[in-house]
Amino acid sequence: MSISLDEVRHVAQLARLELSESELMSFQTQLNSLLGHFEDIQHLDVTGLQPKPHAVAMQNVFAADKVHMCLPRDEALANSAETKAGLFIVPTIIEE
Amino acid sequence: MITQLTAAEIAEQLRAKKLSAREVTEAFLSRVSSENPHYNAFLTVDEEGALASAEAAQAQLDAGNSSPLCGIPIAIKDNLSTKGLRTTCASKILENYIPPFDATTITSLKEQGCIILGKTNLDEFAMGTTNENSAYGNVHNPWDPDRAPGGSSGGSAVAVSAELAPLSLGSDTGGSIRFPAALCGIVGFKPTYGRVSRYGLVAFGSSLDQIGPFGKSVEDTALLSQAISGYDPLDSTSLRDAKINIGNLKSGSLKGLKLGLPEELFGPEIDEQVKEVFELALDNLVRQGAELKRISLPSIKFGVTTYYIIAPAEASSNLARFDGVRFGPRIEGEGHIGNFSATRGQLFGPEVKLRIMVGTYALSSGYYDAYYHRAQQVRGLMATEFEKAYADVDYIVSPTSPIVAPHLGGIKDQMALKTLDMCTIPANMGGFPSISIPCGLAYDLPVGFQLTGPVMGDEKMLTDAYTIEQAFGRDYRRPPIL
Repeated sequence: MSISLDEVRHVAQLARLELSESELMSFQTQLNSLLGHFEDIQHLDVTGLQPKPHAVAMQNVFAADKVHMCLPRDEALANSAETKAGLFIVPTIIEE
Repeated sequence: MITQLTAAEIAEQLRAKKLSAREVTEAFLSRVSSENPHYNAFLTVDEEGALASAEAAQAQLDAGNSSPLCGIPIAIKDNLSTKGLRTTCASKILENYIPPFDATTITSLKEQGCIILGKTNLDEFAMGTTNENSAYGNVHNPWDPDRAPGGSSGGSAVAVSAELAPLSLGSDTGGSIRFPAALCGIVGFKPTYGRVSRYGLVAFGSSLDQIGPFGKSVEDTALLSQAISGYDPLDSTSLRDAKINIGNLKSGSLKGLKLGLPEELFGPEIDEQVKEVFELALDNLVRQGAELKRISLPSIKFGVTTYYIIAPAEASSNLARFDGVRFGPRIEGEGHIGNFSATRGQLFGPEVKLRIMVGTYALSSGYYDAYYHRAQQVRGLMATEFEKAYADVDYIVSPTSPIVAPHLGGIKDQMALKTLDMCTIPANMGGFPSISIPCGLAYDLPVGFQLTGPVMGDEKMLTDAYTIEQAFGRDYRRPPIL
């Protein structure tokens, strides 16, 4: 299976990565090399094999329904680029 | 020289009042200040914080604090959140991030009086095998400064190997503790998945990531494993009986210990001299009573593929949070989607972008079944094969790395770099505990001996590793440059 430059562009868009033309071409080569390597499991008979999504199986992990301390607002906002009145200022996404 | 001592030796001297926590901390800080420019192992040094912690630790020691690590300095991989101390993940996108909270492992260490010296260099977001993917420059191996220390926890490995810190923490997603430990001639341990809380570890591959220790000796890594392990309600994958209880390690007998060497990890990919050193070490253990079984675990040959689908898939999802909207630097693009893309496109490094692309592709419509789902099935197959093998052997053994430390920039082929993880990946797939112990030198560079055991076998593994370490000896472990 090989991946075209248009597909690379599409994946970059899905991944929200703005890439230059030279980056797109470099990633096309690298992706194709990796996909070539990934061929090895394509020929493996996986019928009936259970997928293993996690290292150690666990189920139904619940947290105790208790009130506990959380970060004070000023600390939670400290790494933000811009704040006002205890709120984040973010770029406009809906025009007036 | 204080800096040559192991953590256990320093602890003994602190208790005997032959050394003070301040003397110890100053000795390491002074070495970091003079030597770190040669290694680039530390990205941030917290001199003021370390000295203040040393005072507090001394007060605890004077009051009879019984934590074995009280007053011992430690270096922390820069993907673990440290309150008030910059945490970059060696990425430009987190260049000025000051976490408002501590990772659970950091809270535990602070409670026990451990002294944080600073944060260590890594491959950006822990993605790499040689530590050459850091946005803040390469780390140099003390065995040969022109060589890589291995990755991704290269800074933490070098901190201990170059005697800039007696202990350090790393994280291991596909070998990122054991691999650099092997290349730098120290001990590195990845505990069973779920025994050390991942809360506050910046996530890469959440189903694979595990925090673990580096030390000059098995005893030191055991002490640190004990200190950081335990159940944590803040990590939903934390195990209820997570605490690793070691007590006093005693050298036992190797008689009857069954070691399984899979042919898949001893093939042509392994360098001939590495093979020779490993076989000598193995013969040594067999002479002392261990039993060697040559076995086959066929699914190991799919390990690299499985890992390079699953880890990037999880990473592409985990790293979606870095968008420049509420936190961090923002680069203006066209519209709000353009802002995301410009910020991410310009501030992530090439390897991180590649892995996000691979993961996004593997999870995208039409490819999910062929890649991600299938990789998870193969992961299950690998784990089952290992579990079956544990019915016949105590440990799966192999060299930790197929080669000795490569020259910086020496491996150009991407796939060749990624294949270096072949021996370490299986442990992450099954959540198994795995340790790398130095076992000799090839080309005058360290070779690591890896043991991988069953889930929850951490205590037995550390105890056996302690005995094995006595068999290997420790006199060849110090880099000649020191």
